[in-house]
Amino acid sequence: MTLVTEPRRPARRAPGPDAPRGAPDHGAWFLVLPALIPILVLSVGPLLYGILLAFTDAQSGRTEPTRWIGTLNFQDLLHDTLFWESFRIGLVWAVGVTVPQFLLALGLALLLNQNLRMRWLARALAIIPWAMPEVVVGIMWRLVYNTDAGILNETLRDLGLGGGHDWLSGLGTALPAVIVVGVWAGMPQTTVALLAGLQNTPRELHEAAAVDGAGAWRRFRTVTWPALRPVALAITALNLIWNFNSFALVYVLTNGGPGGRTRLPMLFAYEEAFRYGQFGYAAAMGCVMVALISILLAVFLVGRLRGEAKGGDKA
Amino acid sequence: MRTSTAARTGQYAALLAYLVFLAFPFVWLISIAFKPPRELASLHPTWIPENPTLDNFRQAFDEQPLLQAGLNSLLAALGAAVIAVLIATPMAYVMARRRGRLAKAATGWVVVSQAFPFVLLIIPLFLVLKNLGLINSVPGLVMVYVVWSLPFALWMLAGYVRAVPRELEEAAAVDGAGRLRTLVSVTAPLLAPGIVATALFAFITAWNEFFFALVLLKTPEKQTLPVILTHFIGAGGVADLGPLAAAAFLATLPSLVVFALIQRRITGGMLAGAVKS
Repeated sequence: MTLVTEPRRPARRAPGPDAPRGAPDHGAWFLVLPALIPILVLSVGPLLYGILLAFTDAQSGRTEPTRWIGTLNFQDLLHDTLFWESFRIGLVWAVGVTVPQFLLALGLALLLNQNLRMRWLARALAIIPWAMPEVVVGIMWRLVYNTDAGILNETLRDLGLGGGHDWLSGLGTALPAVIVVGVWAGMPQTTVALLAGLQNTPRELHEAAAVDGAGAWRRFRTVTWPALRPVALAITALNLIWNFNSFALVYVLTNGGPGGRTRLPMLFAYEEAFRYGQFGYAAAMGCVMVALISILLAVFLVGRLRGEAKGGDKA
Repeated sequence: MRTSTAARTGQYAALLAYLVFLAFPFVWLISIAFKPPRELASLHPTWIPENPTLDNFRQAFDEQPLLQAGLNSLLAALGAAVIAVLIATPMAYVMARRRGRLAKAATGWVVVSQAFPFVLLIIPLFLVLKNLGLINSVPGLVMVYVVWSLPFALWMLAGYVRAVPRELEEAAAVDGAGRLRTLVSVTAPLLAPGIVATALFAFITAWNEFFFALVLLKTPEKQTLPVILTHFIGAGGVADLGPLAAAAFLATLPSLVVFALIQRRITGGMLAGAVKS
């Protein structure tokens, strides 16, 4: 959860004497070391190792030594239609979850920011999905979607809209069905982040605009949104990454089925690595996923930031 | 600010819709957990069980080693929470109070690690832990969880450190306390609530985690609750709904209780980390 408002920091730190700088700070190293070593050994190291693996033919349980094979894995990957189909599904899933998640969370955050009764209850309930294990969320929605015993089909039957839908194993319904679960599961974090941003918007400006006769929509556009924008941007970017890397929900809901319709890239790579033992090939997949997602994200962020600069009505 | 009655009504209606959407799956899970088999097979399932029973819970414990799995989960989550906080607090202090290259690099890592692709991480981790003989062991999993929960722990803790007035530390220094002494006897006590909240959050994250546990734990007697839960679902996706719901409900309770305890602090911590200026 990183909602960075970096630009403010220099302004705050400028005045006042700071800790002496210049001489290397041995005390700081001593404090940092206990965390730094595990980070290097179990996070940075494996990451580099993983990138190297992508250029080898590493497999599980093989007796011959692993060899360097250059970019062979990447060339194979280029022609692997199953992988690209999976990648496409991953993008549909990530965008399909992130956008509704943001809109719904924004609505909820605006409501929770109002002076409504029962607000405390709503806040507590709204956070429940966040506290749950992802596996339980998956199980829960399997029960909701269940063809015979599920509450969704029962409700539809009651409303006379027909029933007997096989939501999670229907070719057309599986992906939308899991996307709904993704939206549900990720709403709380987004709501909390946006709520934090909202509470940081200048109240006086809001009141001044109201006195000037600005309607609710206008107040939102001119006062709330400009203040909320950095938080909204940060949480959306993070949500895109998190959703693209999502695994447990879909593993439990459909395990990639039916016929690969919900096989997210993470599931694909997981099977490649731990079911078929193709470590090198799966590592190459990981590299490609990271590279492409970074590029897409950079394009998104640059586009948004440019839009902000253009429409920058910071009166 | 005044709001018209119509607008207020609309707001309450919208809030209610949100609450229904967010709460109904959980209510349904509880409903199924307490239903006898005959009601589960009924073609017209009801929200409230007509003859509530605890049989599903008994059966869930018979079918899978839930007790052992709960113990494994508890060990993994406690270990991860305690170790993560112990090593993260000093580093968070440096991140919050220093401006050197070290602090910058640490902050950078916290941000970048959010984008870490788990696939790229899990394969080498698997190989490294295998060479160390730490596959299929809870301590091996704890090591992974510690590093995995560090970014958020550092982020929250750095926020809490910033909230401790610098003047207090300076006063202690003037009184002749060394840096370590200041840290232990002045800063740490003020940080205590934040440290507890961070530890509890790390606890929940580890308790709920699935992907690493699935890859790293191979035999049922070592596996954690989320992994064991998936065993209730058979090969063809067929599941005995009652015991499945009962076990899932039980596995969620600890997270919900802990989350209820720290709910305010989490939101506060995010605010402190993010908006503090």
